[in-house]
Parts: sequence; C-alpha cells; structure tokens
Amino acid sequence: MTVATNLAPSEPRRQAAAPAIESRRGSPFMNPYLAGIGLGLVLLSAFFIMGRGLGASGAFSSATAVVVEKVAPEHARANDFYLGYLESGLDGHTMKSWLVFEVLGVLMGGFFSGALAGRLSPTVDKGPRISIRGRLAFAFAGGILMGVGAKFARGCTSGQALSGGALLNVGSWAFMIMVFAGAYALAFFVRRQWI
Amino acid sequence: MMAPFFKYDLFGDEFSLIVAVLIGFGFGFFLERAGFGSARKLTAQFYLIDLAVFKVMFTAIVTAMLGVFYLSWMGFLDLSLVYLSTTYLVPQLLGGALLGFGFVVGGYCPGTSVVGMATGRVDALVYGAGLMAGIFVFGEAYPFIEGFMYSTDMGTITLPQLFGVPYGLVMLVIVLIALLGFWAAPSIERYFRNKLTEEV
Repeated sequence: MTVATNLAPSEPRRQAAAPAIESRRGSPFMNPYLAGIGLGLVLLSAFFIMGRGLGASGAFSSATAVVVEKVAPEHARANDFYLGYLESGLDGHTMKSWLVFEVLGVLMGGFFSGALAGRLSPTVDKGPRISIRGRLAFAFAGGILMGVGAKFARGCTSGQALSGGALLNVGSWAFMIMVFAGAYALAFFVRRQWI
Repeated sequence: MMAPFFKYDLFGDEFSLIVAVLIGFGFGFFLERAGFGSARKLTAQFYLIDLAVFKVMFTAIVTAMLGVFYLSWMGFLDLSLVYLSTTYLVPQLLGGALLGFGFVVGGYCPGTSVVGMATGRVDALVYGAGLMAGIFVFGEAYPFIEGFMYSTDMGTITLPQLFGVPYGLVMLVIVLIALLGFWAAPSIERYFRNKLTEEV
C-alpha cells in the first residue's frame, strides 16, 4: 500500500499545506526579518534623533479629545484625561503634537509602500467564513476594546511593546506578555472571522 | 556625547514635527512592506499559521535594543535622555490583556490600523472609529479610575534594574528568545497550516 502510494507522485498522499498569508493583489510582502530590521532602524533613529520612541494610540487620543471639546467644551476641560491631550500640542493647538504628525507620516508611508507594490484597493480584510457586515461589527468592537486597553496601559503595541521593549522597560514587557496572552486566550472564539 | 539631537537643542519644536512625519513615514512604510496593513496577516499570528508578527516585532526590538546599547556604549548617545515611561504594573497588565482581546477581535493594533486605512481597508477605518469610541469610554470613566491608574507605581525601571543583573545579560536572554522563536517558527507554521488544511 505504502509503496504504491509512494510510486504515484501524481496523487500525493497528503494535501499541500496552506501557504503563508500573502497579499491578495500586487507584489508579495517583504521578508519579515528584513522588514523587522527596517522597522528597528526607524525606531533607533527615533531614539537617536528625538530621544523618544514611536507611538500611535496617542494620536487617536488627541483626536478624541478634540471631538469631545467641540461637542462639550466645559465637560472636556473639566476632565484631566482630555485636558492633558488638549494642552499638549504646540502653540495651544491640540493637533500640533509630535504623535499626530508621526501618525500622519505613518499614513503617508503606508500609502507609498502600498502604491509601490500595487497593493492599494478598497476592500474589507477578513477570512472566508464571515460576512462583511459581521467583520465590520467585530472591527468596531475590537477597536473599543483596544481603545480602553491602550489607555489603561498608557500606550499600544508601538509605544509600549516596540519602543519600551527595546529599552528593556519593565512595564512594557509585562504589557507585551499580556497582549499575547489575551489574544491567544480569545483567538479560538473568533476563529471564524479569520481562518 | 551629542544625541538625542532634540534633547541637545540641535533643533526646535517646529522642526521636530517635520522629523515626526519622516520617522512616521518610515514606520508606516515598513509596516506595509511586512504585510501589516492586512488584518488577516496580523491575526494569523494567533492561529500560529503565519508568525510574521513575532518575527518582525522581535527583529525590530533586537535591532533597536542593540543599536541603542552600542551607540550609548560608544558615547554617541546619552541613554538617560531617552524617554522611559513609568511602570504602573497592574493597570498595564490589565491594559495589555484588553489590548490583546481587541487585537484578535478587531484585527489591528492602532499603528497597523493606520496602514490598513492608507491601503484602502474599510474594516481598518471602522476599527479606527471603534478605537476613538473606546478612548471616549475610557475618558468618561477617567475621573472614577484615576486612583487606579496611578496604583502599583514602580517608577521608571528597566529589567536589569528589577532583577539586579547586568544590562548585557538581559539583552542576551532576549536575543536568545528571539533566535529560538525564529528557529522554531517554520516547524510551528508548517504544523498548524497542515492542521488547517486537513480541517477544511
């Protein structure tokens, strides 16, 4: 039996494994180790030039504080959390902050790389077993969890895990372990969204 | 000793915003190159079928960690002037777990969602709206949890200080963990991809 199977290369005994997750259009993604070195050098230059690391969630906080202030100015200014962001920008402009400009750069850099690789297209990124509506509901819910979590942690994957991680910050490593623990703990329950 | 440039007043606040855009550009560029504008690519880490998140993240951490160390050791960079955030242990552990939930449910983290938006992903845009809603929820609750947010204050502390061991030893352990992960990654990916193929 085994011999017969081995002699028939046209009928492989086992189906080929699913490949790495690739782009659905445009050129393939970069080797992860090369991309990691690139990212590490960007982070290193942030430390070297600015004396600070990267960030992302802070820019969303500034934007949120601005919206709250537009709707209810007194309410926003009575809250230390919003006030901290409202007063952190240059020349009294909340959005004139380092992180907001950095995130604008992220938007441009991501767009440039995507355009270069032919990977730009309006799409909903999801696995094959979930509807578009379902995926968007999960995206919104996940965003809420992330927003609350990033504020408790005082930073997200960029500010805490990457930047603090490279500086051997205790809180950042404790945070990073919990991010992976939390994600793996919940992964089984939302698997239909992705695989 | 001449770096960090900004801390030595080599340029001012206004110019720092231009630097911010340039550094952000590089950040976004390499995130997109790695495929991190895609929620499928990112969350594959949590089903162990594509460990690109671990590979990219740990290569980046090791690169920057060694870079910072050597630049400071050679006297080019004053590490004491590089911003180190205060550790508030329990809030950060809780935040980390919530963030992990949000990552696998929403498909992105804040930085990668920006790259997702830049490359046209509608789910990333919806995720960004959820992110702001979450920050709003936190902001409204802030007056009631402010005390908790400043609890378990450990000050600015690094792993070598915590364990009372040399900086180099901690770096060595992290490099070894990364190398072990890189070495094991292909087998792990192969195993879970095969399993997935059999299930479907």
